[in-house]
Amino acid sequence: MNRRTMGKALMGLATGAAMLALGVGAAGAQEKMKVGFVYVGPISDHGYSYQHDQGRLAVEKELGDKVTTTFVENVPEGADAERVIEQLASSGHKLIFTTSFGFMNPTLKVAQRHPDVKFEHATGYKRSANVATYSARFYEARTVIGQIAGKMTKSNIIGYIGSFPIPEVVSGINAFTIAMREVNPKAEVRVVWVNSWYDPGKEAEAAKALIDQGADVISLHTDSPAAIQVAQERGLWVFGQSSDMTRFGPKAHLTAIVDDWREYYVNRVKAALDGSWKSQDTWGGFKDHMLFLAPYNPALPADVVAAAEKTRTDIMEGKRHSFQGPVKDQSGKVVIAEGKQATDEQILKMDWYVEGVQGKVPK
Amino acid sequence: MSAELALLGPILAAMLAAATPLLFAALGELVVEKSGVLNLGVEGMMLVGAVCGFAVAVQTGSSTAGFVAGAAAGAGMAALFGVLTLLLLANQVATGLALTLFGVGLSALIGQGFVGIPIADVPELYIPGLTDLPVIGKALFGQDALVYLALAAVPAVHWFLYATRKGLILRAVGENHAAAHALGYKVIRIRFLAVLFGGAMSGMAGAFLSLDYTPMWAEGISSGRGWIALALVVFATWKPGRVLLGAWLFGGVTIAQLHVQGLGIDIPSQLLSMLPYLATVIVLVVISRDVARIRLNAPASLGKVFHPDA
Repeated sequence: MNRRTMGKALMGLATGAAMLALGVGAAGAQEKMKVGFVYVGPISDHGYSYQHDQGRLAVEKELGDKVTTTFVENVPEGADAERVIEQLASSGHKLIFTTSFGFMNPTLKVAQRHPDVKFEHATGYKRSANVATYSARFYEARTVIGQIAGKMTKSNIIGYIGSFPIPEVVSGINAFTIAMREVNPKAEVRVVWVNSWYDPGKEAEAAKALIDQGADVISLHTDSPAAIQVAQERGLWVFGQSSDMTRFGPKAHLTAIVDDWREYYVNRVKAALDGSWKSQDTWGGFKDHMLFLAPYNPALPADVVAAAEKTRTDIMEGKRHSFQGPVKDQSGKVVIAEGKQATDEQILKMDWYVEGVQGKVPK
Repeated sequence: MSAELALLGPILAAMLAAATPLLFAALGELVVEKSGVLNLGVEGMMLVGAVCGFAVAVQTGSSTAGFVAGAAAGAGMAALFGVLTLLLLANQVATGLALTLFGVGLSALIGQGFVGIPIADVPELYIPGLTDLPVIGKALFGQDALVYLALAAVPAVHWFLYATRKGLILRAVGENHAAAHALGYKVIRIRFLAVLFGGAMSGMAGAFLSLDYTPMWAEGISSGRGWIALALVVFATWKPGRVLLGAWLFGGVTIAQLHVQGLGIDIPSQLLSMLPYLATVIVLVVISRDVARIRLNAPASLGKVFHPDA
């Protein structure tokens, strides 16, 4: 079974499961807990929302005898989101996952009206007694791919396609650059902002522009596979984002950062079932299985793969930190002192580039 | 050759490609507006053309079949618009906007099973010697077939409108439909054909995006290019040659701003992203100062409902 048919089968399963959930609810199986999921995109995006839905399916699979799940996809961030969340809360869902940053305020508003319902909000920073937050330490994976980029580049120019200059993206660029410079001090990162999460045309143009300027490895923090196709066509290297994008450029795709919510969702649903659930903030990385890397491109030399795997396991075991001092900013000033590591707060508010990145962070 | 000069060739090549979808859609809309109909549904027709072209290319494995299907789908959407506005006399502005909203939803529905499927890119032209020329080689002789087709459409549309009898009739219908009707011209039929042509061109623009520019289907892949095409028609004061200039300006600024960022030149990227739109506004203001000039070129019956008894 290839990925495509598997995706279709999973989609069919999801639809079936949703229908089943509604059917079972109507039949009055009261003892099963209802769990709701709200997605910002379509589950067919093969990226961000698709990965969240994989988490929901894992819950179905593991706890299907105790819970039923419902999902609502393509929910715009804003007033509509509040209506959707309210609808789930008032229709008997006891645990609701709202999976996009823009659902933060709507989630809190609905949570206030439904103190008996538990909420989980992804990537936000506001919590309350019945709203927990969770996110992944995406920058950890960028350390690994930055190291690979440093070893694979010949032109010593790496192109980086950014969405918006927010701390999550900037800290990713910095983690990438630090690891890249460690193995290749001559390499530099050139960033192009496309000011969108999803605009395939613009992402492709950005990739072409960077390649025309001499970049031979492209990293991206946008959601479409357009840049993968460009790299494949031009015969260069690229890293995928959010999910495995190998099929868009089998020769060019080195690996991808993949979000993985399965374990977290299963654990949180279990906690809600046995009454141990409480509001908390979870920021997990490799160690918590919230991230993994897609299979390495067979064209990668064995020593590069071995080094990448070592970096990954070192991060997992806490032997290595993505922002291990000394870390210098572009002016050469030491921002994170020798022997120190960036605090979570520093990472969450990062708005400056490290040495090795060209240009300035747009303000 | 300095590094900056070496970049000029790739920038030119990328600019021509970026201008292509705008050129298709804007030329189509220009003909529609010259016949006196305002169809604001370009974005919706583009999206439906993009998804149908992609779907057919995936099923048949032929990108040519995909382009034809994209054009047909765009024309199909336009036919819907034509029936509503020309036969049932619905308001053109409202119907056009509705067509865009409908197209966004319909394309997402059709495209459900096609998200995340990769297809082969359309090969680019390669002429030994010519394509290898410095600076202009890749831009002039190394593009996809559709880029040349879009360029060829500019003189073709101009010739049709200003050098043929049919073009003269079409313009007459757009200037004064009552007079054209009195002369015995079939106003509704002529306009319907113009609307169909516009839809087919928008569909081609969409198919170019999903089959060639970024060979994949994604919801909302046109990202507002249909609206830019509409603005270009006014920007060009309804002249095909100026549509070409406008499309190049848009494509050029889009590509140049990415290069400026990559080179680390300290200009806010948001400002650069804004530039093409700013340019449109400025040009609109400048040409609006000269009312006579707009009157001269704008079809006098643009957007007016035609009722044969009137």
